[in-house]
Amino acid sequence: MHITAEHVITFIERISATIKEQRDYLTQLDSAIGDADHGVNLDRGFTTVLTKLSGVADKDIGAILKTVGTTLVSTVGGASGPLYGTAFLRAGMATGDRFELGAADVVAALEAALEGVQSRGKSTRGEKTMIDSIGPGIDALKEANAAGEDFVNALRKGVAACEAGMQATTPMLATKGRASYLGERSIGHQDPGATSAFLMAQAMLEVVEGIR
Amino acid sequence: MKKLINAPENVVKEAMAGMADAHSDLITVRYDPDIIVRADGPIQGKVGIISGGGSGHEPMHGGFVGKGMLDAACPGAVFTSPVPDQMLAATKAVDGGKGVLHIVKNYTGDIMNFEMAAEMAAAEGIEVATVITNDDVAVKDSTWTAGRRGVGVTVLLEKIVGAAADTGADLAEVKRIAEKVNAQGRSMGAALTSCTIPHVGKPSFELPDDEIEVGVGIHGEPGRRRIKIVSAADVTALLTEPILEDLPFSSGDNVLAFVNGLGGTPLIELYVVYNELATILKGRGISISRTLIGNYITSLDMAGCSITLLKLDDELTKLWDAPVHTPALRWGV
Repeated sequence: MHITAEHVITFIERISATIKEQRDYLTQLDSAIGDADHGVNLDRGFTTVLTKLSGVADKDIGAILKTVGTTLVSTVGGASGPLYGTAFLRAGMATGDRFELGAADVVAALEAALEGVQSRGKSTRGEKTMIDSIGPGIDALKEANAAGEDFVNALRKGVAACEAGMQATTPMLATKGRASYLGERSIGHQDPGATSAFLMAQAMLEVVEGIR
Repeated sequence: MKKLINAPENVVKEAMAGMADAHSDLITVRYDPDIIVRADGPIQGKVGIISGGGSGHEPMHGGFVGKGMLDAACPGAVFTSPVPDQMLAATKAVDGGKGVLHIVKNYTGDIMNFEMAAEMAAAEGIEVATVITNDDVAVKDSTWTAGRRGVGVTVLLEKIVGAAADTGADLAEVKRIAEKVNAQGRSMGAALTSCTIPHVGKPSFELPDDEIEVGVGIHGEPGRRRIKIVSAADVTALLTEPILEDLPFSSGDNVLAFVNGLGGTPLIELYVVYNELATILKGRGISISRTLIGNYITSLDMAGCSITLLKLDDELTKLWDAPVHTPALRWGV
């Protein structure tokens, strides 16, 4: 199957709606081990992103993703702005000026996004961050893809692994970000960044399942 | 939770408008990107000094814009690092041809957003140097954390470095002095309550009436540990001992003692704490030659205080005493 620029626009719209719905939940997670602004910040960013979509409606996928990335950098702030902004920018750079993506292209874009997050945030797995849900999600997607599964099934497995990764952050000790100031008190709370990343992955799956 | 606000999403802009009008002789504000700049800037031939961070810590940083301190400040959303666009606009606004110093508190978001802005400024040919404050002894500085938070010493550094820039020092020299201040200052805070963020509407964490958080930052997150409330003497000792041990401060040292209110604690209590601090330091043979007591780096309505000790020498003392005229600090003019 192929992902088109139109699908990507729908995906962004779906993420924006999900973030708005889950705003208070994300804020609540971020109160326990952070400064209670994750939901509000992302909502502000994606609300602005929505206003930019009509301007890129006829553009290639790379341009759409880069616009999302620069908008997030310019509006979200905190740590999520640079991290998610860089993720979308790198995905856009990996995608280039194409109007259609196959399964392998989607994987490449996600890998570029993850690499961007890791280098911008100077972080790796096991530190109780968004990387802990994104990383396992991409691994599972790649594995299913390589085993010849159809894209929707592969994405389902990826999203399931992303969800498991998100839940696995709960017992982790935070060694990055604001949660790390809490030391052992960060244990027992699900990471807000890993959660918002999972919500985005789930939104992607909803759109792809809708296409089928 | 009662607050003196209108719509939560408008708090920052309305406060900026209020500040600009109240202190129109000192500052002006620009919106989108939001920045607070010296009314008489940019000052040609002087290194420009900017800082920024989440709102909610007033007077830091906007209240420190003016002669002898910051040339511009970038206010983010409450407790949220400002975006690179703001720092780029501020950098350009204060560029007097001798480069710009970015004062960055050590928080993941601040570090990344300022980094991206410095990259953008370099691309436009403006020389930017960066100094990071990380004076909080409550957090272990190791590869297992995001590093020590930048807190109280940031206020002292902004004043001292602002004075250094006023002497006509070049960017490298201003940076040297900034790094010296950060290296010689240590802080720690304790909270009697959490704080309530406008868009959240309730305290960020629940603190029972008879307990305090020791080792808190300025963003409403829980501290390192929670203990039963003790006297001001005991709280002061709990904060001061780790500070003294960490640098370490020694007998014969001369310090600036900074007792900072986190926003929700009355001045009368800060003076009780200072009284205890003075007793402790006297007992250790450490002399206090300068003091700062009041709300300077706050956490909205958090009750509690932080203590910062800065080891002074002639150079730093002279720069601290130099004239300053900002909304929040004024002497010598």
